[in-house]
Amino acid sequence: MADTNRTIASTETAACGSCTRCSTGPLTRLGVHIGSWDFVIALAGNPNTGKSTLFNALTGLRQHVGNWPGKTVARAEGGLTFNEKRYKLIDLPGTYSLLSASADEEVARDFLLFGRPDVTIVVTDATCLERNLGLVLQVLEITDRVVIALNLMDEARRRGIEVDARSLSRDLGVPVVPTAARRGAGIRELLSAVEEVALGAYPARRRHLRYTDRALETAVRSLIAQIEALFPGLPNAEWVALRLLEGDESILRAVQDGTLGKLAQGGAPAGAAPLEAN
Amino acid sequence: MMDDEEMTLNLLPLNSPATVTRLTCQGADRRRMFDLGILPGARIAAVSRSPLGDPTAYRVRGAVIALRREQAEQIFVAPAAPQTVGQERGGAGRDG
Amino acid sequence: MAEVNTQRLLETAERLRAEIGTELHDRLSEAIYADAARIAERAVVRAGEERRLSWDILLDRLLTSRAFGFPIMLLLLTATFWITIAGANVPSALLGQLTQVTLYGWLHQAANAVNAPWWLSGLLIDGVYLAMAWVFSVMLPPMAIFFPLFTLLEDFGYLPRVAFNLDRLFKRAGAHGKQSLTMMMGWGCNAAGVVSTRIIDSPRERLIAILTNNFSICNGRWPTLILMGTIFIGATAPPALASFYAAASVVTVAVLGIVFTLLVSAFLSRTWLRGEASHFSLELPPYRPPRILQTLYTSLIDRTLIVLKRAMIMAAPAGAVIWLISNVTIGGTSVAGHLVALLNPIGLLIGLNGVILLAYIVAIPANEIIIPTILMLTLNLARSSLAQQGVMLEMEDGQIYEVLTRHGGWTLLTAVNLMLFSLLHNPCSTTLLTIWQETRSRRWTAVAALLPLTIGFGATLLTATIARLMGWA
Ligand SMILES: Nc1nc2c(ncn2[C@@H]2O[C@H](COP(=O)(O)OP(=O)(O)O)[C@@H](O)[C@H]2O)c(=O)[nH]1
Ligand SMILES: [Mg+2]
Repeated sequence: MADTNRTIASTETAACGSCTRCSTGPLTRLGVHIGSWDFVIALAGNPNTGKSTLFNALTGLRQHVGNWPGKTVARAEGGLTFNEKRYKLIDLPGTYSLLSASADEEVARDFLLFGRPDVTIVVTDATCLERNLGLVLQVLEITDRVVIALNLMDEARRRGIEVDARSLSRDLGVPVVPTAARRGAGIRELLSAVEEVALGAYPARRRHLRYTDRALETAVRSLIAQIEALFPGLPNAEWVALRLLEGDESILRAVQDGTLGKLAQGGAPAGAAPLEAN
Repeated sequence: MMDDEEMTLNLLPLNSPATVTRLTCQGADRRRMFDLGILPGARIAAVSRSPLGDPTAYRVRGAVIALRREQAEQIFVAPAAPQTVGQERGGAGRDG
Repeated sequence: MAEVNTQRLLETAERLRAEIGTELHDRLSEAIYADAARIAERAVVRAGEERRLSWDILLDRLLTSRAFGFPIMLLLLTATFWITIAGANVPSALLGQLTQVTLYGWLHQAANAVNAPWWLSGLLIDGVYLAMAWVFSVMLPPMAIFFPLFTLLEDFGYLPRVAFNLDRLFKRAGAHGKQSLTMMMGWGCNAAGVVSTRIIDSPRERLIAILTNNFSICNGRWPTLILMGTIFIGATAPPALASFYAAASVVTVAVLGIVFTLLVSAFLSRTWLRGEASHFSLELPPYRPPRILQTLYTSLIDRTLIVLKRAMIMAAPAGAVIWLISNVTIGGTSVAGHLVALLNPIGLLIGLNGVILLAYIVAIPANEIIIPTILMLTLNLARSSLAQQGVMLEMEDGQIYEVLTRHGGWTLLTAVNLMLFSLLHNPCSTTLLTIWQETRSRRWTAVAALLPLTIGFGATLLTATIARLMGWA
């Protein structure tokens, strides 16, 4: 195995030149060479926040990166080892929300909800944090095994924007790591945080949905029961129940045409759902 | 000057800041707007118009977003005093 | 059983939905965004200047301005092709010399030395090898220049500005504004362009984007245009302006592609795919300085070489097929001869010829092999002094011109119509497969194949007729 692996010493020097901080270290980029893995990590986030750039920095692969929202429309996989643990990393299309559903966003949503990632890295744009937090909060509703990468810190700094990662981490209840993926800054810290969350060492606080009204709560409970009976093993039944109550068309369709059933059984979902003509 | 008269976003002149007051779209369209940070309380300003007059690019919450007239017509704004552009406040601004 | 339960679940959900009220959705999402605002307010210590960096604003004002927005787009496109054509000229000729003369000669010597039977060396060297050598020398230099240039523009953030500038036209055509982004992805590869339509929410508008993506010239077709532009159009200009003329002709075809995209979109959105315009919003990210070295590396290694590899893999069997149909005879005439004679009447009617049509049939798997196929067939059929049966000798651009005009009977009309037909014909089989995968509809896949082909025949028939009436051809 070791012969195909590139070590941090060579690649990181190439990436950041004079950086001496990380001349030796526990990270090995595996590219596509992942036979088995200990943890699956999903990279989610709004479009154009640097997910693919981060993915490349972590795996040594060369996913296409482009300065426009919509560059990535399918899933990409890569691997790395960090402190002797093997991670499979999934680069996802950008999505503004778990609710909006164009075909590329559906790819991301399905994986986050039903692909059972061990840790989800939500990549956020530090220059427009507020807008990015919408997705962060939605992801936190379904899992607390989350690390926030506060990316594009270099650009934020240039524009005079300052973000307090600690305060953010306190408010969200998950680790927040400032990064500048393009320069490879913060990668190591990010991986440490991912490791901590993956091993269950991070004292995350789950942000449970607070039901303000009784009727809603009862309705959700009764739907969850039916969903779980119908799709045994489906993660996030509560989320599905809420969408059904809202009348979310793409979820209604997924129930009807059996996609949801497949997602319940099959771990990782396939590509985008085919387009239905008419 | 129209002072704090409410108008739809498409009528907002270039480079004059405003605050979103309400959205008239529903469902998925409304959600898309929220996704982009366009919700009541948000500061917004038109920054440029496409060569053919439509769409228009708006600066909102640190990003620049282009909307067609049809979308902008569903967003109501109230002009804001220009000197407050620098201090963008948080969104819904219910509590602090 | 499962059916019944699914039905019951949906019914329960609907009943409960009625009880709870329809505004649940808005309530939930508004709550989230209120939270987001509160948290962001605490975390963002300093909001920075709300205004973007001033050069960013200035640049946007220039690149999307009423006066300069469109001219700059055209200028950038022309410059890209001018650099591509001017830069690829010499390396293409050198590679041609190396692969089709030097290496080709060595291979034949080696074959003679081991006494290989004529049919074997013919099939392998004059068929498989030559086709691959052609694809290699025709494709590598222009693609190695075009891809990095285009990627630099993409990295810089120019693509969304193009979408911003063009949206009004797409709106008039009843299409989604992001369709222009998928169109630009198609300029790399139509299969990738078709997949990229996933960014369009509405199935109707997405289908329009899929069906029209073929009007984006892809990497398999740029070399055809560049070659025709160079040896037929550029040659009509004074030498100093030749590469500019060539670039302008290529850009004209690309722009014509945009025009057809718009026209066909308009047609579809008014006939089979009628419907409401869906939500359009497009983020214009800040301009970012492209990472030159990284761009060069990725676009050379990942794009150019991958594209080239695919082209060579496609070229190998095509070369064998060409050699076989040129050398297997029925009643004294080669199979290729029969086929060309069969296709000639219709080919000539539309200002092309039987060889070109046959080449388009051989090249269904990949457009990349059009030029080599045309040349090899023309030569083989002419049995010229330049070529024995199935053999091709040294040819630089000038000689290609000779071969085509002298032995193939080509005129300027043939070249122009080949450029048109290159734009307007069925997508390659990979793209068709992708269309089927994305739509799961045989009907729409068929439409995607037949619609451009019909338009292609119509357009070339029109130009050929006009040229004949005017006495140009
Ligand atoms: N300055 C800066 N640019 C970045 C950083 N990360 C990504 N980018 C750029 O942001 C753009 C979008 O990156 P990409 O990885 O494609 O984003 P994705 O859509 O989230 O996958 C590209 O132009 C990147 O070069 C960063 O940390 N700093
Ligand atoms: Mg990406």
